[in-house]
Amino acid sequence: METTPAVSHKEAPVRFSISNLNFFYGAKQAVFNLNLKIPANKVTALIGPSGCGKSTFLRTLNRMNDTIRHSRVQGDILLDGHDILQMDVVKLRRRVGMVFQRPNPFPKSIYDNVAYGLRINGYSGRLDDLVEKSLKRAALWEEVKDALHKSAFALSGGQQQRLCIARALAVDPEVLLLDEPCSALDPVTTAKIEELMFHLKDSCTMAIVTHNMQQAARASDFTAFMLDGKLIEHNETSKLFTTPQDPRTEAYITGRFG
Amino acid sequence: MSQVRLMWRKSLNAVMLTLTGVAAFGVVSILFLILGYLIWNGGRSLNWDFFTQLPKPVGESGGGMANAIVGSLKLLLLAALIGLPVGLIAGVYLAEFGGRTFSFVIRYTTDLLNGVPSIVIGIFAYSLAVLPVKHFSTLAGGFALGMMVVPITVRATEEFLRAVPGSLREGAMALGASKWRTIATVVLPAASGGIITGMLLSLARVAGETAPLLFTAFSNRFWSPGWNQPIASLPVMIYTYAIAPYDDWHRQAWAAGLILLSLVLLANLGCRLVLSGRGATRSN
Repeated sequence: METTPAVSHKEAPVRFSISNLNFFYGAKQAVFNLNLKIPANKVTALIGPSGCGKSTFLRTLNRMNDTIRHSRVQGDILLDGHDILQMDVVKLRRRVGMVFQRPNPFPKSIYDNVAYGLRINGYSGRLDDLVEKSLKRAALWEEVKDALHKSAFALSGGQQQRLCIARALAVDPEVLLLDEPCSALDPVTTAKIEELMFHLKDSCTMAIVTHNMQQAARASDFTAFMLDGKLIEHNETSKLFTTPQDPRTEAYITGRFG
Repeated sequence: MSQVRLMWRKSLNAVMLTLTGVAAFGVVSILFLILGYLIWNGGRSLNWDFFTQLPKPVGESGGGMANAIVGSLKLLLLAALIGLPVGLIAGVYLAEFGGRTFSFVIRYTTDLLNGVPSIVIGIFAYSLAVLPVKHFSTLAGGFALGMMVVPITVRATEEFLRAVPGSLREGAMALGASKWRTIATVVLPAASGGIITGMLLSLARVAGETAPLLFTAFSNRFWSPGWNQPIASLPVMIYTYAIAPYDDWHRQAWAAGLILLSLVLLANLGCRLVLSGRGATRSN
C-alpha cells in the first residue's frame, strides 16, 4: 500500500538511494520504511503537512540527526553507492551541504563566513578566489563585493540566506539539502533563491523541504509527498501536481488538508 | 459599596507604590552613601604619595600604599591564571557536553562552592598552601582567590554559551566541523563578550576579599619580590589601618577603600560598555 510508483530516471544517474529507511526519536518513530531515489543534478522537493517527517528525513541525509540523543536510524542510505552510515561524518557533510530554515550566519565577517568551511577542512589554496567564486554562485557577489569584511549581520535576511548558501557551496558539495530555505523570506528574495537553485543544477544535486506547494511546483523536477512519516507518492513534479495517483496526495495539493 | 472598594483599592495601590519606591530609593542611596562617605573621608588623603610610596613606620605621618596596590594586582593576576581557565573549561563542559544528571551535580556543587564563606576558603588554602611550606606567600593568596573565581566564571560561561542559538552550532557542523571545532570557532566567539564580562565581574568581586588573604598572603609593609613571600593587598591594609589607633592611618584606610571601590566600579562600567557595544552590532 505504501509502495511508491516507479519513476523513470532515464537521463539522470541516481545520487542518493534510500531504501527501507526507518528513523526513531527514542521510542517514537518519525520515518517509516521509506524508499526514494534522488537523481543527480535535479531538484527533488519534499512536501507534506507539518510534522510529517520531511525535515527529519532530510536531516538523515547528512546525518545531522546524529547530534540528537536517543535517535536511531535503520535502513540503507547510499550516496553514489556508498553507505553514508559507514562514512566519516565530516567527509559526508563536506559532500552533502545544508541550508537551514532561518539564515544562520556566524557572527563573523562575510568573508570569514564563506571561508569557514574551507578553513576547517584544511584548504590551503587561495581563499580569496574561492570566496569570490562561491559568492558569485550564490548570486550575492555584486551586492557584497565592497563589504566583504563587514559583519554578516549587517546583511538583510535574504542576503544572509544567500550567504549561507555561498558558505555551503564553498566546500563544493555534490548535494545541497535545503530545509525550508525561503520560509523566513519575502517573495522577491524567494524568487532569487529559486532562480539560483535553477542555475546550481549544473553542478549540484538538491533536495528541498518546502511548505509552499507553488514553490515545489516551480522549482523542482521531482516531488515526494510525505504523510505521517511515510512516503505516499513520488513522481516527476509536473505529473505529481497534475495527475496525482494517490487520493491523499490529491487532497493535500488541492488544499483540502495540511 | 463599590465606591468603598474602589477607594480601598486605590489607597492600597498608593501604599504599595510608595513602599516599592522607597525600597528602590534605599538600594540606590546605600551605594551613593558609601561612595560619598569614601570620597569625603578618603579623597583628602589621596595624593601622589599614596600611589608611589611605601607605608611609613608607625608614628610618622604620610607615606602611601604602593606595595598594596601592586600586591592586589599580583594576587588578582594569580587568581585569574588559576581560576579563569578552570571555570571556562568547566562552563563549556556544562553547556555543551554534560549529561543531565552529571551536569546537575556539577551545577549544584558550583553553587555551593559559590556560597562557601570566604574565611573557610581561606582556612582551606592555609592548610593546603601555607602549612606545608610553613610561610605565607603570594601564591597561597592567589590560590585562595582563584578558588573563589571559579564558580562565578563557570556559571557565567554556561549561561552565555546556552544563549548562543543552536542554529549556529548546526551551521558549523553541517559544514563538517567537529564538535570541538564548532565550540572553539563559532560558539565561544559568539559568547565571548558575555563570558569576558562574567570573568571581569568575578575578579572584581574577589578583589575586595579580605578574609581568605589574612592567613594566606598575610601582609607586608614592604615590597614583596617574587611570588613566595607575604604580600600586602588593599583589603588587608584597610582592615589593618582601620582598626589602628592613628588618625592618619584611618584616613589612609578610607583612601584605600576609595581606590578599591573605584576599581570595581570601573570594571563593572567597562563590562557594560563592551557588552552594549557588542549588542548593538549584533542586533543589526
